[in-house]
Amino acid sequence: MTSASPSIAPVPALSGEPSALAEITQETLALTRRLFVQLARRPSTLVAGVLQPLIWLVLFGALFANAPEGLLPGGISYGRFLGAGVIVFTAFSAALNAGLPVMFDREFGFLNRLLVAPLRSRSSIVFASVLYITSLSLVQSLAIMATAALLGYGWPGGAGLLLVLVTLLLLVFAVTALSLGLAFALPGHIELIAVIFVANLPLLFASTALAPISFMPTWLGWLAALNPLTFAIEPIRAAYAGSFHLTDVVLVAPYGSLNAATCLAILAGLAAGLFLLIRPMLDRKLT
Amino acid sequence: MIELQHLSKRFGGRKVEPVQALDDLSLSVPAGSLYGLLGPNGAGKTTALRILCTLLAPDAGQVHVAGVDGLAEPRSVRRLLGYVAQDAAIDKILSGRELLHLQAALHHMGAADRLARTAELIELLAMGTWIDRRCGSYSGGMRRRLDLAAGLLHRPRVLVLDEPTVGLDIESRATIWQVLQQLRDQGTTVLLSSHYLEEVDALADRLAIIDGGRVIAEGTPSSLKGALGGDRVTLRVREFSDEQEAFRVRDLLQACRGVRQVVVNRAQGYSLNLVVEDSGVVEILRRQLAEAHLPVFALAQSRPSLDDVYLQATGRTLSDAELSVAGRRDLKEERKQSMR
Repeated sequence: MTSASPSIAPVPALSGEPSALAEITQETLALTRRLFVQLARRPSTLVAGVLQPLIWLVLFGALFANAPEGLLPGGISYGRFLGAGVIVFTAFSAALNAGLPVMFDREFGFLNRLLVAPLRSRSSIVFASVLYITSLSLVQSLAIMATAALLGYGWPGGAGLLLVLVTLLLLVFAVTALSLGLAFALPGHIELIAVIFVANLPLLFASTALAPISFMPTWLGWLAALNPLTFAIEPIRAAYAGSFHLTDVVLVAPYGSLNAATCLAILAGLAAGLFLLIRPMLDRKLT
Repeated sequence: MIELQHLSKRFGGRKVEPVQALDDLSLSVPAGSLYGLLGPNGAGKTTALRILCTLLAPDAGQVHVAGVDGLAEPRSVRRLLGYVAQDAAIDKILSGRELLHLQAALHHMGAADRLARTAELIELLAMGTWIDRRCGSYSGGMRRRLDLAAGLLHRPRVLVLDEPTVGLDIESRATIWQVLQQLRDQGTTVLLSSHYLEEVDALADRLAIIDGGRVIAEGTPSSLKGALGGDRVTLRVREFSDEQEAFRVRDLLQACRGVRQVVVNRAQGYSLNLVVEDSGVVEILRRQLAEAHLPVFALAQSRPSLDDVYLQATGRTLSDAELSVAGRRDLKEERKQSMR
């Protein structure tokens, strides 16, 4: 304890109220920074997050390396076919786990520290998670794309990279919203991990990440054609296939053919829908 | 400065037995005062503070801070309040300084103010030697000091502390007491909950004693103790008495002239707490015990304490109340309910 104590008395509030956008930005960046500091001091999360999809890419690519030519639509190699699936699945898994830090903050009381602060919008907590997971997913995706290129599976090009970014952003926003909703709805981290565990692999297998719809039995084909992962995978896969336009058909589903723009619109609708769906719950828990 | 009016809150429901945490609780904290909430664990102190800090909505009642309606304008109230929770909520990965900077950003402080204020508080709470270490390595006292700094960072008009010195070493406790007194002297309203009698007695200008979710006594420590009158006697007939003997002695002494009340204190090994008219009654007690062939292992006489105020209002000591609650509290359920 110091003898020359600084003033700790209350001071009058500032007269000029800063703009809402400035305050939300400050809150969001501060919360995002916290997540990145955690990542920097526990890099094993990032290392494992990059290594795992690379292992998937290398092992699955090798598994089907000798598949007969022309087996897959467009006559592409399995490695090239697989790249899009691994990129999307990696981003999906990261986003599905986004609720875990929030759940731990709930359990350890840290969330209360955020909730007693005069946040301009408590959606800052959601935005920070989306920013963090999207950035992380992009790093993972770039590592996957670079490895895929080294393995001779191709490179999506500049426009393709932009498409990957937009697609992942939409998917991550939707799944992060869902995961945060679960983090507030479920009683503890055990239950949240159980849900993540149950949802993760079935959604992978019931998508076009590992095989095209034409390889699947009818019922699974329908599931894959309705699976949000498929709407993210197919535009990226088309970008890998070569020249690409948003109006090109990228998904031949049992209910009809969809172009890339439609797939992205569905993802955008899903992101908006899930955010609106969980919003009342977040409001209830966060106000 | 703080007005809590007719607050009620009930927990539990379908799966667990309902608990009435607050039952029409009202209290008024004057501006610039250091106000104590005293009561055993489970009395409703934390629930009242969580409602005040907008972390919990009451089933009924009103909350006002500096004239602002806490239920209608929670964000305005949050700007006025600093809250130091019972369990210091820290991020083990961040350093103390990083945590303070995060807190400053959440209060929308500018960069220059944030740096200056952080430096001030590091000095004030003597955190300079460890503030750049990760919070995970901090002792309980360090965590509590950091938590207090986080609560003070935005210069709140009202500081709310929930059991701020539980389990702390003497040095940390002294530091916190000194800072709280200094804050009060500089005009901050401080609301402090505690189940430590001596803490509330030493610090609080006024206090409310809470039991069963209600305010059972309110006033300055001296007025509450003074209103009781009489002297207090603590009696132990043997070093280790059993329950049967303790109640037999109680019945014997209850009938003595000048004895107002005798309570068996289970928490203190079945000692007896007596309220007597004056110091002359002690000799009568000794004589009575001798006639009944009962020894006197220890007998101490004192002026009334806040524990006696609690005893007078509830018929049991604060320690007994703690013991009786300890076996019945569902800590898992309470933790779940404290989660947001």
